[in-house]
Amino acid sequence: MLFYTAQRLVLSVVIVMVAVSILTLMLHVVPGDPAVMILGPRATPELIERTREAMGLDRPLPVQVAMFFANILRGDLGQDVFTGRAVSQIVLEQLPYTMILISVAILWSAACGIALGAYSALRRNTWLDTLSGVVSVGTISIPAFVMALYSVLIFAVWLGWLPAIGAGDGFWDGITHLILPAFAIGVAWVGYVSRIVRASMLEVMTQPHVRMARAFGLPERRITRSHILKIAVLPAVTLIGTGVAHLFSAAVFVEVIFARPGIGALLVGAVNERNYPIVLGAVLITTGIIVLATLISDLVVALLDPRQREEF
Amino acid sequence: MTDAALPEPTLLARSLRVLSGNRTGALGFVLVALIVGSAILAPWIVPYDPAAIMVGPRMAPPSAEHWLGTDNIGRDIFSRVIAGGRIAMLVAAASLSAALTAGLALGLVAGLGPRWLDNLLLLILDALRSFPVIVFGLAVVTILGPSLFTVVLVVTITSVPIYARIVRTQTLALKNAEFILAERAMGVGMPRLLFIHVLPNVLGPLLILASMDVPLVIATEAGLSFLGMGVRPPTPSWGVILNDGYNFIRNSPWPVIGGSVPIILVTLGFTFMGEALRDIFDPKLRKGG
Amino acid sequence: MATHATATATEEPLVAVEGLSVDFDTPRGTIQALRDIDLTVPKGKVLGIVGESGCGKSTLAYSLIGLLAENARVAGGAIRMGEHDLARLGAAGWRDLRGTRVAMIFQDPMTALNPVTTIGQQMLDIQYRDRISRSEKRARAVEFLEQVQIPDAASKLDAYPHQLSGGMRQRVCIAMALLTQPDLLIADEPTTALDATLEMQIVALLRELQQKFGCSVVFVSHHLGTVAELCDDVAVMYAGEVVERGSARSLFHDPQHPYTQALLDCDPARIKIATRTLPTIPGTLPDLRQPPRGCAFRARCPHAWGRCEREHPPLYPGAAGQRVRCHLSDPAEDAA
Repeated sequence: MLFYTAQRLVLSVVIVMVAVSILTLMLHVVPGDPAVMILGPRATPELIERTREAMGLDRPLPVQVAMFFANILRGDLGQDVFTGRAVSQIVLEQLPYTMILISVAILWSAACGIALGAYSALRRNTWLDTLSGVVSVGTISIPAFVMALYSVLIFAVWLGWLPAIGAGDGFWDGITHLILPAFAIGVAWVGYVSRIVRASMLEVMTQPHVRMARAFGLPERRITRSHILKIAVLPAVTLIGTGVAHLFSAAVFVEVIFARPGIGALLVGAVNERNYPIVLGAVLITTGIIVLATLISDLVVALLDPRQREEF
Repeated sequence: MTDAALPEPTLLARSLRVLSGNRTGALGFVLVALIVGSAILAPWIVPYDPAAIMVGPRMAPPSAEHWLGTDNIGRDIFSRVIAGGRIAMLVAAASLSAALTAGLALGLVAGLGPRWLDNLLLLILDALRSFPVIVFGLAVVTILGPSLFTVVLVVTITSVPIYARIVRTQTLALKNAEFILAERAMGVGMPRLLFIHVLPNVLGPLLILASMDVPLVIATEAGLSFLGMGVRPPTPSWGVILNDGYNFIRNSPWPVIGGSVPIILVTLGFTFMGEALRDIFDPKLRKGG
Repeated sequence: MATHATATATEEPLVAVEGLSVDFDTPRGTIQALRDIDLTVPKGKVLGIVGESGCGKSTLAYSLIGLLAENARVAGGAIRMGEHDLARLGAAGWRDLRGTRVAMIFQDPMTALNPVTTIGQQMLDIQYRDRISRSEKRARAVEFLEQVQIPDAASKLDAYPHQLSGGMRQRVCIAMALLTQPDLLIADEPTTALDATLEMQIVALLRELQQKFGCSVVFVSHHLGTVAELCDDVAVMYAGEVVERGSARSLFHDPQHPYTQALLDCDPARIKIATRTLPTIPGTLPDLRQPPRGCAFRARCPHAWGRCEREHPPLYPGAAGQRVRCHLSDPAEDAA
């Protein structure tokens, strides 16, 4: 188990490193002076010189990549081109907003998705199953940013129930400001999770151990809970683990549309300013979190399924 | 392989049977035909010049003259939506054909090349897959600047890993198959073998996957354009229409509705069509339940 | 042997199957999987049910515990057990009987246990009706694991099914079934998935425990050797019908039905003359969507004649006290 975790962790780190190398190299593959590229056409010669030195752009390419990784290991992701503040600090300031948004979205959509999927599997071919199938396909088909726009339109503009701008102040205000964004990025996942839970429940329901539980007269509720659902949620856990990447993409839009602080808003702002160190830092951190999320979902699956644990 | 031995109904017969029993599949084909048709015919069917301002009043609700109303500078939303479909289809066609070609090449190289090359490519593909599409897209835009080309590049790069993996798996499976070994022993060249055996085997799954990928591509294009990082105004991309609408969402809902409905229809259309294609071409892929 | 047969007939049986018919509704038509089955399961005895795959023996076993597939329905007849008719029992009635009066051991021990729950938890779960403490339930679980000769039983409570071998898992299943102290234990080919040495061990264990606990057992198998070893009575099934039934001794020593004779001839353990190929019964099972008129075995029977095509044979009394569904056993034929 430990060995497996360690192995996965090393592989994850390698993947993040390759991912970042790809981004760094891209800067150099493009013809032209990277410093000018980063700063844009408005940059003064002094600023270009300063950036070139600060980012080590005057050194040979392999040295740059090595330097970059050495800096990452020290927790140094470079400096903001304009203010000179440490990128790591800027990114970490914004990270909690995005993490809260994504976590809340995962929690509510997984809870609803599992319940809906389980219910439609148990009541399959009823009107409720059909309805939940249609609703699932519908929600999956609407991109998160379109969902976010409609949330604003319906709940903030027309009904005026919930605020649509900012992250709010204080705990309760924060929660009311979180509802619409978390709804907008989670709703598609209710569809994804319920579809996969339904399919895997239908599969598990036919397995012999369920029949054996029935042969002992166990109550149906208990059979559903500990003999069917406990196994049927496993693919959903893996799905959610790999889905964190999509949630980060969705968070970018939602943070822009709801004018919320967060990694996505930071990233879009940095792209507009062509503030490359911040872009790179934000990409590095999100990629790291995504790889970590996949790892965590693997471990959760291992925790729930002793057969997987054995293979580690 | 075994299917070939059975008396097989013609593809057309099988298609008709699947579609007649599958209403959503038929709906998918109709939607896709409508969207692709309107994209191709866009210049001839738009009632107004999509970029012309003040062809009507500002932010007017739908009317007989302006089916989806007008935006904040009096442009006809319906014309812009139709013209935006042309951009969306262009991006989808360009990036998916590029991704299919690259995926095919990389998958073959990984499957046939030496072990270390295979591992290296897998690592790079995994690394590419671990980026969130939009976050990666924004990083690329920082370097290359926003343009239609950047959007196509981003979508191509993020789609390649899935295609490459399928081709690689299929190639590895066939590389050591007995009939391939036998044909090699008889002196048939590897490239020839690839085109005879690997291509026909991967083409079906690749096309099905590509069809189901179209919604993702279009959402990415619209998303980047919405953020102002993709197609630049005044070119009427769906994302640009949505962004204009978002800025005036408190004044008129019609630009947002007009810009979003085609995205949803495209997603439904291509998803249903992909599922139907899967049933027609590859019944084995179909999952139970 | 006749005395044995009459002795069991006079005592009230545990289960009496009377004219049971079960249909399966499939897209290609209705399959008449069981037709007019008459059987009794005597108290404290082992009834073996043998036949080729597809003859309906598993369907019969599942109908005794109400676990028929969703597309199956009882088309007629009754299964009497005390005051209950199992063929007409509702879901609530079944829940009261399963795990108290009726228990079952399944064919494949590799998939019969919940893979994500410990053996101990599964053995506690089935005692949910008992008003005893958790530690008492654990003690009972250990006791029954010891009964089925699992070494170091207490430590196995924390094991997951995949950590045990197939033979061990089947022992756990037997322990679970016996733990509920059923009147009727149904064993559906419990040794088919195991290798030959294990098979004999499990059969010996079943015999020993059956005598110890005194429950009735319905043992379904296509392996005649294990049936001969274990069973008091045997029913031979063919194409959804019982074609011959009686005491195990009479059936194995003096089989009357041509199908029983053919089955015995095909049993590798009984072949005395060395041959290159194993003998088989020529032909295949009839289509049960339209069961043939007359005798079901007619098409494969070496003795078939005109009457077999015209007339469906009833169960005639056989020479050694058994009942035989074959016109050859008709006393009237002898007279003619």
